[in-house]
Amino acid sequence: MILRSDSAFAFAPRRAAAMTLRYWYLLRSSWPRLVDLVYWPTVQMVTWGFLQYYIMQNAGFFARAGGTFIGAVLLWDILFRGQLGFSISFMEEMWARNIGNLMMSPLRPFEFISALMVMSIVRLSIGLIPVTILAVVFFGFNLYGMGFALVAFFINLMLTSWAVGIFVSGLVLRNGLGAENLAWSIMFLFMPLTCVYYPVTTLPVWLQPVAWLLPPTYVFEGMRTLLIQKVFRPDLMVDALALNVVFFAAGVFAFLKLLQSARRHGALIQTGE
Amino acid sequence: MSAMSAPAPAPIAIERLVKIYKTIPAVDGISFTLAAGSITGLLGGNGAGKTTTIATIMGLTTPTSGRVTVLGADMPRQRYRVLHRMNFESPYVAMPMRLTIRQNLTVFGMLYGVRDLPHRIAELGEQLELTELLDRPTGKLSDGQKTRVALAKGLINSPELLLLDEPTASLDPDTADWVRGRLESYRRERNATVLIASHNMAEVERLCDRVIIMKRGRIEDDDTPPKLLARYGRRTLEEVFLDVARGRGIQHEAAQ
Repeated sequence: MILRSDSAFAFAPRRAAAMTLRYWYLLRSSWPRLVDLVYWPTVQMVTWGFLQYYIMQNAGFFARAGGTFIGAVLLWDILFRGQLGFSISFMEEMWARNIGNLMMSPLRPFEFISALMVMSIVRLSIGLIPVTILAVVFFGFNLYGMGFALVAFFINLMLTSWAVGIFVSGLVLRNGLGAENLAWSIMFLFMPLTCVYYPVTTLPVWLQPVAWLLPPTYVFEGMRTLLIQKVFRPDLMVDALALNVVFFAAGVFAFLKLLQSARRHGALIQTGE
Repeated sequence: MSAMSAPAPAPIAIERLVKIYKTIPAVDGISFTLAAGSITGLLGGNGAGKTTTIATIMGLTTPTSGRVTVLGADMPRQRYRVLHRMNFESPYVAMPMRLTIRQNLTVFGMLYGVRDLPHRIAELGEQLELTELLDRPTGKLSDGQKTRVALAKGLINSPELLLLDEPTASLDPDTADWVRGRLESYRRERNATVLIASHNMAEVERLCDRVIIMKRGRIEDDDTPPKLLARYGRRTLEEVFLDVARGRGIQHEAAQ
C-alpha cells in the first residue's frame, strides 16, 4: 500500500526522530529522572533476592527453583517499567502543556507512538541493565544466561507494555491528567492474573482461563519452565505473540478512537485535570 | 500568476460553523473568509467562542456542523495537507521547560520539516533577539523572553498562516510593542495571513486590517477598525467592544 505524504497514516522517520530527541534531551537534562529509573528496580530486586536466598536455605523445592523469584522480579520490571516508560514520556507532554503544540503540528499519531516506544526501551535499558549486573554480583543470578529465551520473553513483555501504554495514553488524552493514576496502577491489575511469582495452577480453576488470555502469563510460565525444568517452551512464546498482536492492535485502535473523541469534545484544548 | 491559473484558496474560509459541547453551543453558526496577507483580530469576552473557533481552524476540534477550510483543505479531515504551512502561538500553550531554546526549536523544526534548520534557528535568534539565550533552558527565561521563544516556534516553518492567541498577554508595554512590530514586519516580508484572538484593544487597533467581534458564539460585528469606530461613534475599539459586550449596539448611525 502506498500512502500519500498528507495521509494520517504516513510515517516520516524525521518526525519520529524529532520526538525521540525531545525525550532524550529531557532525560539528559534531569538527574532525578535518571536516578528514578534505576532506584525502584534495584530496591525490588535486592528485596526479592534476599527473600529467595532465605527460602533456598530452608526448602528443597526452592533450592531447585533457583532464581525464579529474581527472574520474575526482573521480567516483571520489563513489563511494568516498559509501560511506565511509554506512559511517562507521554505525560511529560501533558505536564509541560506541550500537547497542543504537538497536536497542531504535522506529527502523525503513529510517529508519536513510535517515539514513545523507542523511549520506553531507552528508559528501561538505563534502569534495568545496571540492576541485572547487580543481580549477578549479589545473588549470582545471570538474567542473560537465559540466552535466546530472554529475547523471546523481552519481545513479548515489551509488546504487552506498549499495548497497555498506548491505551492509557489515549485515556489521558481524552480525560486529562485526572486519568494519570491509571498509568501508575493499571499494570498491577495484571500482576495477580499473569502469575508473576507462582504457577497458573495456583489460581482457582475458574480464573485460569482469564490468566491464559493475558500474554505475560505465558512468559512467566515459560520462565519457570526454563529455570526449574531447564526446558524452553517455544509454543508458549508463539501463543503469547499471537495474543500480543491482538492486544497491540486493540491498544492502537482504542488510542485512535480516544483521540477522535478528544477532538470531538474539545479535550485537546483543555489538557489539565 | 497567469490570468488563466485558478485563484489560490482563501487562507481561512468558515461557513456556518457550529460547535456544541454536550448541550452548550460554543460557536453558533459563524461564517467568515480571510484574505491572503491580512491581519484580522478576533475579539470577544470570555466564553465568546474565540478559542473554539481557533481550535477548529487548527484541526484540534471537530465541528458539530458547518465547514472550515484552511489553505484549501477541509479541517480536520485533511489537516495533514496544510499543517506544515501554518503555525500557532499562545502563552497558554507552553514549551518543554527543561529543554534549551535551541533544543526546542530543533525539535519543532524537525516536526515541521524545516530545511537548513541550524541556519533558520540562527536567523530567528537574531530577528527575535534570542541569540545570546539559545542555549539557556526555556524554563529559566523571563515571561517576555518566553513569549519571544513561543513566537520563534510559531515562525520556525515560515508559516503562510499564523494563528495567535493573546500574543502579548502578561508582557510589559515595551516588550508587547516590540512583539507587535515583529508581527507587522513578518506579515509584510512574507505576505502571511495572521489571525489574532486578543483582549488587548490597542493591539488590535494597531495591527489589524479587520476586526471580527464575537459574543455568545456568534459574530456581532465584522469590519475594518475605522469603519467600526465610525459606526459606533466611538474613539477607541475598547469603547466599541464595551458597546457590543453590554448590548448597547450601534449608536452613531442610529443617531444620524
